Amino acid sequence: MNTLIFRTIAPYLTSLMVLFSVFVLLRGHNEPGGGFIGGLIAASAFAIYGIAWGVSPVRRAIYFHPLGIAGFGLVLATFSGMLSIFFHAPFMTGLWGYVPIFEDEIPVSTVLFFDIGVYFVVVGAITSVALALEERSRD
Amino acid sequence: METYMILLVGVFFSVAVYLFLSRHIIRILLGAAILGNAVNLLIFTSGRLTREVPPIIATGPTGTPETMANPLPQALILTAIVISFSFFAFLLVLTYRTYQELDTDDTDEMRFAEPRGQQMPPLEY
Amino acid sequence: MASPDTSNTADLSVAMMTAPVELADWLVVAPVALCITFGAILMMLRKNTWLQAGASVVGLSLLVVACGALLAHVLLNGTVTMTMGRWLPPFGISFTVDILGASLTFVASVIALASGIFGANDVDMSGRRYGFYPFLFLMMAGVIGSFLTGDIFNLYVWFEVLLISSFGLLILGSEPRQIDGATKYAFLNLVATTLFLIATGYLYGIFGTLNMADIMRKAPEMGETAPLLTLTAMYFMAFGMKAAAFPVNFWLPASYHTPRIVVSAIFAGLLTKVGVYALLRVLIMLFPAEREVLGLVVAIVAVLTMVFGALGALAQTDYRRLLGYLVISGIGVMLAGIALASLTGLSGTIFYAVHSMIVMTALYLVCGLTARIAGGFSLAEPADIYRSHLPLAALTLMLLFAVSGLPPFSGFWPKAVLVKASLDVGEWWMAGAILLTGFLTTIAAGRVWILVYWRARQEAGDSDASPVRLKPMTDYLPVGILTALAVLLGVYPEPFLDMAQTAASQLIHPAAYIDSVFPAGGVE
Repeated sequence: MNTLIFRTIAPYLTSLMVLFSVFVLLRGHNEPGGGFIGGLIAASAFAIYGIAWGVSPVRRAIYFHPLGIAGFGLVLATFSGMLSIFFHAPFMTGLWGYVPIFEDEIPVSTVLFFDIGVYFVVVGAITSVALALEERSRD
Repeated sequence: METYMILLVGVFFSVAVYLFLSRHIIRILLGAAILGNAVNLLIFTSGRLTREVPPIIATGPTGTPETMANPLPQALILTAIVISFSFFAFLLVLTYRTYQELDTDDTDEMRFAEPRGQQMPPLEY
Repeated sequence: MASPDTSNTADLSVAMMTAPVELADWLVVAPVALCITFGAILMMLRKNTWLQAGASVVGLSLLVVACGALLAHVLLNGTVTMTMGRWLPPFGISFTVDILGASLTFVASVIALASGIFGANDVDMSGRRYGFYPFLFLMMAGVIGSFLTGDIFNLYVWFEVLLISSFGLLILGSEPRQIDGATKYAFLNLVATTLFLIATGYLYGIFGTLNMADIMRKAPEMGETAPLLTLTAMYFMAFGMKAAAFPVNFWLPASYHTPRIVVSAIFAGLLTKVGVYALLRVLIMLFPAEREVLGLVVAIVAVLTMVFGALGALAQTDYRRLLGYLVISGIGVMLAGIALASLTGLSGTIFYAVHSMIVMTALYLVCGLTARIAGGFSLAEPADIYRSHLPLAALTLMLLFAVSGLPPFSGFWPKAVLVKASLDVGEWWMAGAILLTGFLTTIAAGRVWILVYWRARQEAGDSDASPVRLKPMTDYLPVGILTALAVLLGVYPEPFLDMAQTAASQLIHPAAYIDSVFPAGGVE
């Protein structure tokens, strides 16, 4: 699959998809989207890059090992659930705070961080599966 | 509507079982994928299929009214889809590795864990 | 999502819990949160192999402390519940811990600690880099989550967590044998969990709730109109497959002997028991009336499982495969108590589950040590361990006594209780099957002892090749801890029998469980 057209387009396509995945992740609280679907979009972006340029450029590009990324997401999700211990609320309670940025107040919640954690878990796990499959088919 | 969905679920289940009965691991894998979808559709159907209705419930009786689909099964299959997806991804890699390492996708020839013609246990001390 | 905004005028107390949660209640989720956190951090630090073993032993020790504290909390204060996210049950997912859940959790954590210590020497650098310890922690999260959750769909999710991490552990070495075993394990367990999911979908269709306490409140009035018997049978099939009960046990002998020995040990100790635990919850606690109807089926499955398991063990040449069949045979004994469903029978089952978790794990561990000395798992090769490694041989002998159900070790009491329970209700054939199984297991265990440990090597020249030295800390200590527990359960069973009896009565009379979830008698 390494035609010139595909190889030229793949980096742009990948960066666009990663950007879009972040957009989908952040709009996910009240509209369709969220960590899981955003993570899948990002993982397929890396898969496309891997198909075009091979697996090792992808590994170099994401720097961390995919499973390490998944582990980071899991830690983030667990800690955002644990934060409620300080507010005498049960595990996984959604806590909200309002951060003033410029003129606006931006709502920030543990739910958001949980979703970001899910995003990383999905990106890590699915990318590692996809890369494992692509790696094998090359040799 | 529900009746047709149930028939579809039945077809999915029979296809999945048929594929599972195959000796070839790739067909079993496809069977697993279809089985997951069959279960998801089953749960989806069990929560009622209706047109869009605003999610407003009168105070008093608990539970969703007849005109409204129960949203919880949809949340359940969301979880189940995630799980069956990750399962499928894992099984895909495993099947691929099996084919590469064992050089066969025929379960009858996969005898590495339990080789044929094993030695009898010692019969005397 | 309602944000607890001050300007919001809606009365939140009808939908959400407003009472603050006591710190002690956090013990309910602490074991799971601890496992996931440690698993995830070790996953991030997979390259630092030097750190993995030490950090894991620390983490697993913390886990034992947390689970011990939870058990003490439950014993002192009765059943505890924590419902996630402040939503009132049955809408929030509850973690409800009674004595059964807490004691199995504690034993599971001890087993994980022993395996973690053993793994420090047994799992080489490539195994660590591949992620033995992270997978161990994530699997423990699944096992403990299953023991603690009070929501049946959540139970399904924990089953999947433990299943997916167990795949990771199973193919740790990527040898052809392991991949072959893992393939069969994966597909057959997939079928079992799918059956579980189907049954749970139907269950929601019938009850409109997934909270176990809520189901228990609704089940008696639904019994006449709803197809609960079908549902119960489906659950029995699904969990029976998980527990490796007779007609659907074939995945266990096909896969349990292929992974690294420490992985086999954890699997043998924990995974099948999670199936038995789920059977106890569903058959005894949720649907007792339907279990009455299925009682004979459960009894026949139990008898066939225990007898065929023991016969299978007699026919094996490979030490590890023999142990796999002993695991199956033990599952049959546990099912016997579920079939009887009397207070005595269930306390026997619970005690036997604890015994089996400890002893089967320890036996796989000594099997690994033995193979390291003998150079293989075949029973045909005499290893002469009695002369070269006396402490190992002594520990093994105690464990073999325990697994056969001979006094004064842990296997004796639960079997005695189960025999008494069967005779109490006049099921003499059940008592006979349990005794026959004990007899066959004794023969199988005795053969292992004679063939591997007692018999002298034929050729004398081998003995002066440098003997394998076992390390006291990483090799003897974990086996020693587990054997000591087995001896303790055998010599001083009184408090544990009492505890098993209380746990069983909580299962039969689940009022405390329901009260814990719905303190004021419910939301209606």
